[in-house]
Amino acid sequence: MIHELARALRERPPTLIVVGASAGAVEALGQLLPALPAGLGVPMLIVVHVPPDRRSALPELFAPSCAVSTLEAEDKTMPDARVYFAPPDYHLLVERDGSLALSVDEPVHHSRPSIDVLFESAAEAVGSGTLGILLSGASHDGAEGLRRIHVAGGHTWVQSPETAQVGVMPRAALALVDHVTLDPRSMGHALAAWRQLHA
Amino acid sequence: MTAPGVADDHVVDLEIELLLEAIWRRYSYDFRHYARASMRRRVLGAMRRLHLARVSLLQDGILRDPALFTQLLTQLSVPVSDFFRDPPYFQALRQQVLPLLATYPSLKVWVAGCSTGEEVYSLAILLEELGLLDRTLIYATDINPEALRTAEAAVYPQARVQGFSRNYQASGGSASLGDYYTAAYDRVVFDRRLRNRVTFSDHSLATDAVFAEVQLVSCRNVLIYFDRQLQERAIELFHDSLVPRGFLGIGSRESLHGYKSAGALELVSRESRIYRRLT
Repeated sequence: MIHELARALRERPPTLIVVGASAGAVEALGQLLPALPAGLGVPMLIVVHVPPDRRSALPELFAPSCAVSTLEAEDKTMPDARVYFAPPDYHLLVERDGSLALSVDEPVHHSRPSIDVLFESAAEAVGSGTLGILLSGASHDGAEGLRRIHVAGGHTWVQSPETAQVGVMPRAALALVDHVTLDPRSMGHALAAWRQLHA
Repeated sequence: MTAPGVADDHVVDLEIELLLEAIWRRYSYDFRHYARASMRRRVLGAMRRLHLARVSLLQDGILRDPALFTQLLTQLSVPVSDFFRDPPYFQALRQQVLPLLATYPSLKVWVAGCSTGEEVYSLAILLEELGLLDRTLIYATDINPEALRTAEAAVYPQARVQGFSRNYQASGGSASLGDYYTAAYDRVVFDRRLRNRVTFSDHSLATDAVFAEVQLVSCRNVLIYFDRQLQERAIELFHDSLVPRGFLGIGSRESLHGYKSAGALELVSRESRIYRRLT
């Protein structure tokens, strides 16, 4: 499975990875992020549903275990091959030139940041060069966005619901499209295997 | 092979570009340098609400129907804010900025992109508590006349004001909130003594010029909606509106780093994103 996915990535190499997670995010990201190779080669943008009125500790939380550096996304900056988290209470979007944009538009699925907002903008801006990853959660956010990435010709991976702390979000996405399903650690290993093929 | 949907996406981009050009030529509202990803979401959202299948149909509609354009304008403008959004910002104004400004015999403050006024009244309360409101004039500007009317009325749903208390306390507020508004049924109206010190007017950061000299500009979560070119214009406008050593406050995730026009502004507090004009 891991090698099949790595070969699929080599055939259509992604230039951007977008990730969405909600309830159970810390566990799922705790498996995905440490499995990433140091030379990930492309930016990874992550939306996690977090309470709006707190400072996000996510970049600091995962920094020690992740070989790729983690930071909070900033408006109008060009991302490089690092891991970026959406700031609490802001939507994160991708512009057509690949730069990051923030907004305080209305919450979507009661969430700001919203996974759909990130995924849909990635589908529009980067299209088939997108790898969308949807992890554990109790929301329906991300299902439509992941479908859009699929329609645009991108790669779409969903955490297998039985490995998720909360399977509602993965199931909502799988109800729309038959995405690739696997556990978060294997996703990281597949990305590592792809980079190996690259090297 | 072109993936399905990609060609469509490019056509939609083109349609949006044409729509913004049409709005500019017909109504003189300039959205052409708004950041495109958010603008696209808003345009597509407006289309869905109006049950239109294509952006070009929206263009056709607004060209001939000013009432439809008014509806669209609200959906394209900067969204509503909260009272005392980002308490650390208001805390920094209270502790670091306003005590310095208190030495001026009279004060002018500009809230740029005030939307429906939440931030205007938050600032007015702050000024009142520091004993400065009576000698302050607040200019509150926006491009959206409907938002300005709402701001001027100072009437808000009770439910929206509830979060206000928590933010207000977190920003260092010590008074009782009942002092600032009157509740009636499910609404609250802010007191006349706050509203009396505010002048609401139509002003566009994209097309209008400096209109006053002020000691403080507060413009938060507006720049994120602009592309870099328009951001440069707005920052220059803020700089030129400020008195020497005047202050500029922006959103907690906005930055002036790397902007040409920001060269004459220094960062006072990174945490609260407050800048100060050098000379």
